[in-house]
Amino acid sequence: MSKDLHGLGVSAGSAAGPAVRLGTPPKLPDVEPAVADTGAEADRAVAALEAVGESLRSRAAAAGGQAAEVLVAEAMMACDPALATKVRGLAGAGRPAAWAVNEALASYRAMLTSAGGYLAERAADLDDIADRAVALLLGKAMPGIPAPGHPFVLLAAELAPADTATLDPAAVLAIVTERGGPTSHTAILAKTFGIPAVVCCPGALSIADGTVVAVDGSAGTVVVEPTPEQVEQAARRSAERAARLAAAHGPGRTMDGHPVKLLANVGGPADVPAAIDADAEGIGLLRTEFLFLDRRDEPSGEEQRVTYAEILAGMGGRKVVVRTLDAGADKPLAFASQQAEPNPALGLRGLRLDGLLPALLDTQLEALTLAAKDTGADLWVMAPMVSTPAEAATFADRVHGHGLPIAGVMIEVPAAALCAAQIMKQVDFVSIGTNDLSQYTFAADRQAGALAPLLDPWQPALLQLIAMTATAGRAAGKPVSVCGEAASDPLLAVVLAGLGVTSLSMAPPSLAEVRAALAGQTLARCEAAATAALAAATPAAARAAARAATEG
Amino acid sequence: MMAQRHVIVGSSVGLHARPASLFVQAAAQAPVPVFIAKLGGEPTDARSILSVIGLDARGGDTVVLTADGADAEAVLDDLAAIVATNHDAEGSLS
Repeated sequence: MSKDLHGLGVSAGSAAGPAVRLGTPPKLPDVEPAVADTGAEADRAVAALEAVGESLRSRAAAAGGQAAEVLVAEAMMACDPALATKVRGLAGAGRPAAWAVNEALASYRAMLTSAGGYLAERAADLDDIADRAVALLLGKAMPGIPAPGHPFVLLAAELAPADTATLDPAAVLAIVTERGGPTSHTAILAKTFGIPAVVCCPGALSIADGTVVAVDGSAGTVVVEPTPEQVEQAARRSAERAARLAAAHGPGRTMDGHPVKLLANVGGPADVPAAIDADAEGIGLLRTEFLFLDRRDEPSGEEQRVTYAEILAGMGGRKVVVRTLDAGADKPLAFASQQAEPNPALGLRGLRLDGLLPALLDTQLEALTLAAKDTGADLWVMAPMVSTPAEAATFADRVHGHGLPIAGVMIEVPAAALCAAQIMKQVDFVSIGTNDLSQYTFAADRQAGALAPLLDPWQPALLQLIAMTATAGRAAGKPVSVCGEAASDPLLAVVLAGLGVTSLSMAPPSLAEVRAALAGQTLARCEAAATAALAAATPAAARAAARAATEG
Repeated sequence: MMAQRHVIVGSSVGLHARPASLFVQAAAQAPVPVFIAKLGGEPTDARSILSVIGLDARGGDTVVLTADGADAEAVLDDLAAIVATNHDAEGSLS
């Protein structure tokens, strides 16, 4: 008998297959058992660490590339001789193997965490080793992404960033999570890999491993034990979707030819081929953090210039919008010696960091100027975390002063959206970062899973702020882009176009779906959908009203 | 016969990430035990990645390598070269 579960569809597409749950980290029992043979216990503990190292090495061999390097380094930690000595010492003193492993790794973890920066990030590797070794020793299921040896639908409470490294997009048919929202890691990951996904789906974890489920990542439905007809329907929808996407090419435009530029969000040179393959009209958000985080020293201007030029050349003359460094206490720079802050999201981050390290922005702008000269690219530059027209004016002066013609700012603080008309006088364009704009508008931490419904990009208050910004842009005759997750929701993209947004930037796998959605509507329909969504009282009502308007 | 080398860490990332992995892998294959210390610091097992990254040796810091035994001189020459090389310049920026 089939039954339906309902959640939030965050990554389009349909798929059916056997469900397998994400392995959860094992817990040590409260009571520590007595050990009879301490020597044998020590051998068992070290053998478990060796086995973890061996499995990490074989995963590295399968993964290849940069992921392999990370896994090999983790394997070396698991098989570390100093760690083995410490574990033997603890087991020799009477601790059971699982407890000895756990405690030895915890002591190294404490050492790394106290050092901060790069070392603190390795603490997650040690946690993973401890979880795996303890699972082996206690006979529990391995934590992390399962590898059942056949394609499967992954069920989880929520995926962590660390799960990204080990997820094989070829084996995962669809993802269903009990928690999470439209901007959760699961949603971003699923969209990046083009895997259908439903989040915020109560009851997902009550599905037994091996049960066949049919997932519709557009409608947000999960059918447990579907009928053969329902499985066939999922396959048919999947084929129809593939055909519809294959038919959509070229620049973004509505059915009646109103242009809406379709751009790619890019995090480094490695992402450029995906943007080109997806037929993006350019890069709408080039994040530059990859050059700065995870290293001890500030990258030189020359190193930055070479890297920017590589990306600009890779885009072959298409428009590229670069966001200057968006670091802060939550994404600390090893060379900035920034104080820890109680609320990093509300602290010294983005453009605000310029007060602490003014040379950082000048070096970056100089490198961008030279890279633009090297390549003759259409380069736009924008600042993150801008709150006032005065900040926007100062930034635009800096950019223009370096000889870069087009300066803009991100609209991600409600204050900036409310003053959009004044800000528009200071800059050449703006780009709305809907993820942070949601977080700050609703006073809801993006990391807090329980608050996910507030961060739904269909929230009417968020739509109002986008509408204000778009109206200000239209009045000034200046471009208004959206570069958050909102842009990648095909129905919401139609609403955004109707509000007057002139370009949409998203992870490359989402482009085809959005291109097809825009091509299916006239501008008048987009505007009707926008008016209907703005008038709604809840996200669900906004979705329903927009859908009705596009079908009406 | 104790051999010793003073070497300046060549990678700007320090003796971490890839440079640390390369160094520890080479030390593990050496026929004699090798120790590494920061200048004036406690020597630690060069085959232990956790101990090596725990030194927190940064680009430009001087480290001291020691080894004892027949091939100690040749072993330290090889390892010193790995420490002195700027591995950051060989590709991957991240």
